Amino acid sequence: MTPTDSANTPGRAWIFGDNVSTDLIFPGRYVHLLSNMPELVGHTLEDARTDYAPNVKPGDFVVAGENFGMGSSREQAPVIIKLSGARAVLAKSFARIFFRNAINIGLAAIEVDTTGIKDGDKLTIDLEAGVLKDQASGIERRFEPLPPIMTEILRDGGLIEHIKKHGDINL
Amino acid sequence: MPMTLVEKILANKVGHDVRPGQLVMTPVDQVFAHDLSGPLAISQLRSLGFKGFKHPEKVRFFLDHASPSSTVASANEHKTIREFASEWGVELVDVGEGICHQVMMEKYVRSGEIIIGGDSHTCMGGVLGALATGMGSTDVAIAMYLSRTWLRVPDTMRFVINGRTPHGVYSKDVMLHIIGRIGAGGATYRSMEFVGSTIAEWPVPERSTLPNMAVEAGAKCGLCPSDARTLEYLTQQGRAKDYTALSGDLDAPCNFEMKVDASALEPQIALPHNVDLVVGVTDPKVRNVRIHQIYLGTCTNGRIEDFRVAAGVLKGNKIAKGTRLVATPASRQVYLQGMKEGLWTAIVEAGGLVNSPGCGACPGVQTGILGSGENCLSTMNRNFKGRMGNPEAFIYLGSPATCAASALAGVITDPREVVR
Ligand code: SF4
Repeated sequence: MTPTDSANTPGRAWIFGDNVSTDLIFPGRYVHLLSNMPELVGHTLEDARTDYAPNVKPGDFVVAGENFGMGSSREQAPVIIKLSGARAVLAKSFARIFFRNAINIGLAAIEVDTTGIKDGDKLTIDLEAGVLKDQASGIERRFEPLPPIMTEILRDGGLIEHIKKHGDINL
Repeated sequence: MPMTLVEKILANKVGHDVRPGQLVMTPVDQVFAHDLSGPLAISQLRSLGFKGFKHPEKVRFFLDHASPSSTVASANEHKTIREFASEWGVELVDVGEGICHQVMMEKYVRSGEIIIGGDSHTCMGGVLGALATGMGSTDVAIAMYLSRTWLRVPDTMRFVINGRTPHGVYSKDVMLHIIGRIGAGGATYRSMEFVGSTIAEWPVPERSTLPNMAVEAGAKCGLCPSDARTLEYLTQQGRAKDYTALSGDLDAPCNFEMKVDASALEPQIALPHNVDLVVGVTDPKVRNVRIHQIYLGTCTNGRIEDFRVAAGVLKGNKIAKGTRLVATPASRQVYLQGMKEGLWTAIVEAGGLVNSPGCGACPGVQTGILGSGENCLSTMNRNFKGRMGNPEAFIYLGSPATCAASALAGVITDPREVVR
């Protein structure tokens, strides 16, 4: 499932708090696994909650509070979230390097009010229209869709694929 | 029209006026990656089928994070980077030269430049009046190749810092205090511009802790003016020709301004596990907190000035029983200078140990990983859970003086009585 599929297939919400750092997403002690992605993915977000990596299903959502992804520039943080199966990260706000990295590697990072969403709620999202729905609570939230260049990068599957296709990057 | 410093830099580079929030495509003057961010950047470049850089002189790779290598995996990654650098004709700053940000400041950063680094603390380059900002490996790879990148023009937050810091209080304390006030996300996407009489007085190395930690408040960049102090530093570094005067207009509109009275501060401590949980050193929350490891160094406080302060406190004394002290100079230049001044002798005689230049224990892959339940007090910039390699450990942040004083006492200690 690509991030821009506006499928009505719901995904489960995995709730995280504020200030989830890249150290919590990708603990530094696993750098030796960089060349072993499948195993590294098994440690995704491990220091934030241990039940996420073993149980997440393709199409689920990482749902967080403020300042998600603060800290280091390690791009493997969004990479392993994407590889873990998450369709998007929904957060009240993002740390800027994480945000750029997520788009660049083809993981949708959506700034949206996540208040009231509960762990395990079934969510659907329409990226282009900017609508998030929580089937459990009936919450419906609108968000500012991404600037066109970022939507295009996501649709192409990340910055590398985008450059392969267009040979360049233009606003 | 009056402009903030970041607006001036960007307007000059893109060739037209800019306003906060605007997306711009900008030329890039220097791009670098290190041994953790470099391998992925290299594999991205290779997967694109590129065969070389248009501007190899703008590109650099540093081996500083897992350095010297402590595992076969990191040794092989170093090898990949060395081979790539020689094949593509770019500079390799090898093991032992020091931390990328420190070396960039010593040798390469010029005011007015736009610098992209594959590391979040790239913002430290702002100390010399450059728009230096961290990005991930893919952005870095593309910036290396295209010599340009897109940026959102950041809002500016102006920090007006006035007054002389009291004895035993340093730029680290000022920055911890600022982050404590605005929070870990308080400057997200923005540019922190540091001005005022305190900044005007501080030499560049003392200033550098502020832009270094700008990312700890979420900022895109942290900037100091390029002024007489900048010229003085560049002259010491044999690079006076790299100097251009550049500062933000103080009447430029910006929607946030904070005044800081540096003369009223006491030494500050950040509590585990958030950089913005900041208290004064006399706060009951930190009084008598037992410290198992002191870590002196990193891009934040691994300079010769920092080790002079720490060694001054340690010289002729003994580190407390049950506390260990690890020191890691930020660069070869610092290492050599410390040798000449006998700083390492003072630290080792006091019972500490000194590592070769690099990131050392900071990223949690080598030389000083903490035991479960242990407390560390460090001159580092971040104390997140799991930083330094063990999520069961606790990291407190403070200045080099506070760290050295606490090493002698074995508990968090106010340095003001022992600093010489
Ligand atoms: S010293 Fe620490 S914070 Fe600085 S670049 Fe190295 S790992 Fe990052």
